[in-house]
Amino acid sequence: MATILEVTNLRKCFNLHILNDKKIEALIDVNFSMEEGEIVGLTGKSGSGKSTLMKTIYRTYLASSGEMNYLSKTFGKINLVEADEHQILQLRRKEITYCSQFLKVIPRVTAIDVVADTIVKKESDRPLAREISTDLIKTLGLPPELWDAFPSTFSGGEQQRINIARAIIAKPRFLLVDEPTASLDTKTKDIVIELILGLKKNGTSVLLITHDEYTLQRLSDKTIHLQHGQILEQVFA
Amino acid sequence: MHFNNHNSTHEWVLKVENLTKIYGEHTENTLANTGPSKGTNICPETGSIVACANISFELFPGEVLGIVGESGSGKSTIVKQLFFDLDVTMGSALLRPFKNGEVNIFEESNQKKRFMRNHLMGMVYQNPRDGLNFAFTSGGNIAEKLLMADLFHVGKIRERAAELLDKTEVPVARMDDLPAYFSGGMQQRVQISKAIANNPPLLFLDEVTSGLDVSVQARVLDLIRGLQHELGIAMIVVSHDLSVIRMLTDRTLVLKNGRIVERGLTDQILQDPQHEYTQLLVSSLL
Repeated sequence: MATILEVTNLRKCFNLHILNDKKIEALIDVNFSMEEGEIVGLTGKSGSGKSTLMKTIYRTYLASSGEMNYLSKTFGKINLVEADEHQILQLRRKEITYCSQFLKVIPRVTAIDVVADTIVKKESDRPLAREISTDLIKTLGLPPELWDAFPSTFSGGEQQRINIARAIIAKPRFLLVDEPTASLDTKTKDIVIELILGLKKNGTSVLLITHDEYTLQRLSDKTIHLQHGQILEQVFA
Repeated sequence: MHFNNHNSTHEWVLKVENLTKIYGEHTENTLANTGPSKGTNICPETGSIVACANISFELFPGEVLGIVGESGSGKSTIVKQLFFDLDVTMGSALLRPFKNGEVNIFEESNQKKRFMRNHLMGMVYQNPRDGLNFAFTSGGNIAEKLLMADLFHVGKIRERAAELLDKTEVPVARMDDLPAYFSGGMQQRVQISKAIANNPPLLFLDEVTSGLDVSVQARVLDLIRGLQHELGIAMIVVSHDLSVIRMLTDRTLVLKNGRIVERGLTDQILQDPQHEYTQLLVSSLL
């Protein structure tokens, strides 16, 4: 198995110019690696740097120093710290998906289409994409009367399901997922866990943030514990 | 192993270098005397106004680039120069579909510039009165653009106009009405129909939702997203509204006093802004 991501000496410091150049050291000397098809759990208290690490890998945050070497299907080995914006956009389109805690809703697009949009390349693909999308939100237990409604009006758990469906429908090569089971009931939680395990079987590598012990135990091959922006320990399951 | 290496120098549809617009007499010190570090666009020596200076960027096929900044930062000046509404003071722009992107489009004849405007570009202005001829019907406005793009068959023109109005959710039954009798949101959608009538590879959108109330704004934004998805047009979206930028764009340029102070992926600009001015903009978001 190949290493899909190797993070070395990663540092992220926020420099807040508008607060008299206040500096916040959010990640300090982070080192870890992930294998293809591996699920790595990220744990730690709120504010320990879990989401910062995930967003830095996705390049929503700019790393202050260090390297993040990712093994891409398109580019081969590529350092995500230095990759240009178009390379990052291409990776996001084809390989790396980020599933945040909150659904960023697009006004006036139905639940089915929000999910289908991810895999629609040409408009002619839409009917098939809608079918796949419908199957997926059905699996996730979203009530049929919501399929053609606008997600902005959904409950937290319903939005979460749309968010997850949207992230996994394209079967990404590398999935970054922040608290996927937080607002879900036990039954739906198990469905989400099974879906993520299904991706893993297909070779997807997953970096997972969770506070939920059950989700962590069922999913993670390795757990990285963060404290004050540093890795405290790495535990293999 | 073979990797499909991405060569970013050969893919752009538009490449802009050192685009500069100065109003009034200027000296070689004018640029150094103005800009974000001086906090002004006005040269203290000559009184000339630097609307924008040293603007360089590339736009890729199907990409949506945002330009954000406060009023007077030079956002509209950039697209107006690219659409030949304003003359440039300095700088160049290469357009891939025109002579394979090998010539500076600003140095071409007026006839060639008209050709580019009519065949290769579309523009949607903040004020529908700038983009529509209010003496013509909505269908007539689209016909005007199609005639300029060399479509002369009356039946085909009406057919295409109806198709465009339908696509932009303007009732086709109102094709023969004057835009003056339309609501602001509808005028804006007619303007979008007109701008995309010639299937341009490049579309400029200048504060298109600024005067509209939120529900209408959502429809117009949704329309633009849909068109982008469907037609894959490369777009430059000028807006002072960060939510519009967030919804529509992949990359963003941040302007202050006519200069680019920051550029990056749109989510990065909004969540991890580097420049003091961008931090101020983002932290002022409601």
